[in-house]
Amino acid sequence: MKKVLMKGNEAIGEGAIRAGCRHFFGYPITPQSELPHYLAKRMPEVGGVFLQAESEVSAINMVYGAAGAGVRVLTSSSSPGLSLMQEGISYLVGAELPCVIVNVMRGGPGLGNIAPAQSDYFQSTKGGGHGDYKLITLAPASVQEIIDLMAKAFDLSDHYRTPVMILGDGILGQMMEPVELDKVQEVKQAEKSWAASGMRGRSTPNIINSLYIVPEDCEELNKRLFAKYHEISQKEKMWEEYRLEDAEVVLAAFGTSARICKSAADKARAKGIKAGVIRPITLWPFPSEVFQRAAKSARCFLTVEMSMGQMVEDVRLAVNGAKPVHFYGRSGGMVPMVNDILAQIEKLASGGEQ
Amino acid sequence: MKKVYTRPKALTDKPFHYCPGCTHGIIHRLVAEVIDELNIADNTVGVCPVGCAVFAYNYFNVDMFQASHGRAPAVATGIKRSLPDRVVFTYQGDGDLASIGTAEIIHAAARGEKLTTIFVNNAVYGMTGGQMAPTTLLGQITTTTPKGRDKEQAGFPVKMAEMLTTLEGAVYVARVSVHDPIHVNKAKRVIKEAFEVQLRGEGFALVEVLSTCPTNWGLSPKEALKWLQENMIPYYPLGIYKSPAEVK
Ligand SMILES: Cc1ncc(C[n+]2csc(CCOP(=O)(O)OP(=O)(O)O)c2C)c(N)n1
Ligand code: SF4
Repeated sequence: MKKVLMKGNEAIGEGAIRAGCRHFFGYPITPQSELPHYLAKRMPEVGGVFLQAESEVSAINMVYGAAGAGVRVLTSSSSPGLSLMQEGISYLVGAELPCVIVNVMRGGPGLGNIAPAQSDYFQSTKGGGHGDYKLITLAPASVQEIIDLMAKAFDLSDHYRTPVMILGDGILGQMMEPVELDKVQEVKQAEKSWAASGMRGRSTPNIINSLYIVPEDCEELNKRLFAKYHEISQKEKMWEEYRLEDAEVVLAAFGTSARICKSAADKARAKGIKAGVIRPITLWPFPSEVFQRAAKSARCFLTVEMSMGQMVEDVRLAVNGAKPVHFYGRSGGMVPMVNDILAQIEKLASGGEQ
Repeated sequence: MKKVYTRPKALTDKPFHYCPGCTHGIIHRLVAEVIDELNIADNTVGVCPVGCAVFAYNYFNVDMFQASHGRAPAVATGIKRSLPDRVVFTYQGDGDLASIGTAEIIHAAARGEKLTTIFVNNAVYGMTGGQMAPTTLLGQITTTTPKGRDKEQAGFPVKMAEMLTTLEGAVYVARVSVHDPIHVNKAKRVIKEAFEVQLRGEGFALVEVLSTCPTNWGLSPKEALKWLQENMIPYYPLGIYKSPAEVK
C-alpha cells in the first residue's frame, strides 16, 4: 500500500473526512492550527463546511447545532480553548448529541505555553463541564493511529449518542510520519431519526434539549446516561500491551509518553530488567482489567505523564493497592526523556523508593 | 359563522406558562402565524433561549433546539450551515442576546448568516427574578439596581437594533412593539418580512420586539403596557432600521 507523509494535525482532518465528516467549526490555537488550515482547504474540495467561529464558545455551540441537525461534525482546540468549550460539551452530553472533539494539549494552567503537555487528562475524562457525565476519550500515539481512530471516534459517538474526545499532545499534532490512507474505509452512517432537521412530513416535532426541570426526570436522564456509560465500559475499552508478559516493572503511559516509555522499557530489558508498558488507548473507559492482570506478576507500576500526575489516579484505582504505583512526570511543556525514565526503572528494580 | 381567529397550526395546544399580561405569548403567536402563512412549518427549525422563553420548544409545532444562555445564534449557525435549505430562527430575550450572547449575535450578523432572530426586549431579566439587563433603562428599578439604574455604576442601556444595523451582513433590522393591537399587527408584518428575507437568501434578519414583564416591573398588565409605551419607546424608537432594498 502507498504511504504518504503526514503531520498529525492534518491526519486528524483527513481521518475525519474519510469517516464521512463534512462539517468543521473551530477557532485557531497552537499547537493544533494545522488542522483548521488543512480543513479550510479540504472541506470545500469534498463539498463540506469549514467555518472559523468567533470563539471556542461559539464553535462548540455550532457543533451542537450541526450535531442536532444530524450531521457528522468535528471541532478541535488546545487546552485553553478546550476550557471554553466545556460549557457546550456539557450541553452536548445533556442533549445526547454525537460529535468528535479534538484536544491537542499544551502546557498550562492559564495561558501556559504552546509546548506539548498531557495535563488536560482530568478535564477530558472526568467530565470537565458541569453535571454528572463521562466522555469517551481516545488517546492515539502515532499519526497512523490518529487516522484509524477518527472513524472509530465518529462511529462510537453516533452509536452511543455522546461526544467523543480525541486527546493528543503538541508532539503528536506536530510530528510527521508515514501513513497508509487506504486502510481507512468510508463508514456507513447511522440513521438519525431523532435529529431536529425540519419535520418534513413527520407528525411530531423533534426537540434537542437538555432541560429537565423536574428533579425525577433529571435523575432519570442521569441514570440513562450512566447505564450507557456502563455499557461503553463493558464493550469499548482499548489498550496496547508492550513486552508485558513477564514484566516486573510495568510502565503506564498514554500518547507520546507511551512511545518514550517503550524505548525506556527496551533499554531496561537490554540491562536485564524486565520492564513492560501498558498504553491505555481509551482513557475513559479506563482499561482497569489489564492493570489488575499485570498486578499479579508485576513488582510495581510506574506511571509516566507529561503532567504533574493525573492518569496516575486511575492507575492507582485500577491496581487497587495490590502493588505500589509510582509516578514520574514532567510538566509545563517539558517532555520526559528516555534516560530519565530508565533511571526511575533502575531505581525501582533495585528495590529503591517504595 | 365566520372564524376570525384560530390557533395557529405552528403552535402546539400546550398552554403557555407565561405570567398574566406578559407579551411573550403574543410574540409566540405572531411567529407561529407567520410560519403558517408562509407554509414553512415542515422545513423550519427554531432555537429557543435561556430565559422565560426556555420552554418555547413545547409551544412551537416545528423541530426545535434548546440552546445554552446566549448561544442560540451559534447553534442556529451550525444548523443552517449543515442544512442550508431549512428555515432557521432564534427566539431570544435581552439578557440572552444583549448580555451573555453579545458576541454570538454580533458575529452571526456580521457573517450574514441566513437566519431570522426574534429578540424580545423587556428591559429586565425575567426568569431569574428581575435583575438588571443590558437593556434596563436609566433610573429603572430592578432587583440588582434597587435605587434605579445609575449610569455611573451600571453604564448605559444597549440599543441592539441600532448597533447591529452597522453590520453589513445584517440586511434586515427592525424594532417593533406589541403594546396595542395596531402595533401587534405591524409587528407581524415585520416578522413576516424577516422570514422572507431568509427565504430569499439575503442575509441576517433581526426583529427587536419591545415586550412587557409585569411581574418584575411590579405593574399590572395594563400599567405595564402603558409603561412600555411611555418609557421604552422613547429610548428604543420603533422602525425599520435597515432593509434589503437599502442594502442593494
Ligand atoms: C450560563 C448561564 N448563566 C446564567 C443563567 C441564569 N439565567 C437564566 S434566565 C436568565 C436571564 C434571562 O433574561 P432574558 O434573556 O432577558 O429573558 P427573560 O427571562 O426576560 O424572558 C439568566 C441570567 C443560565 N441559565 N446560564
Ligand atoms: S417573568 Fe416577566 S418575562 Fe417572564 S413570563 Fe413573567 S412577565 Fe413574562
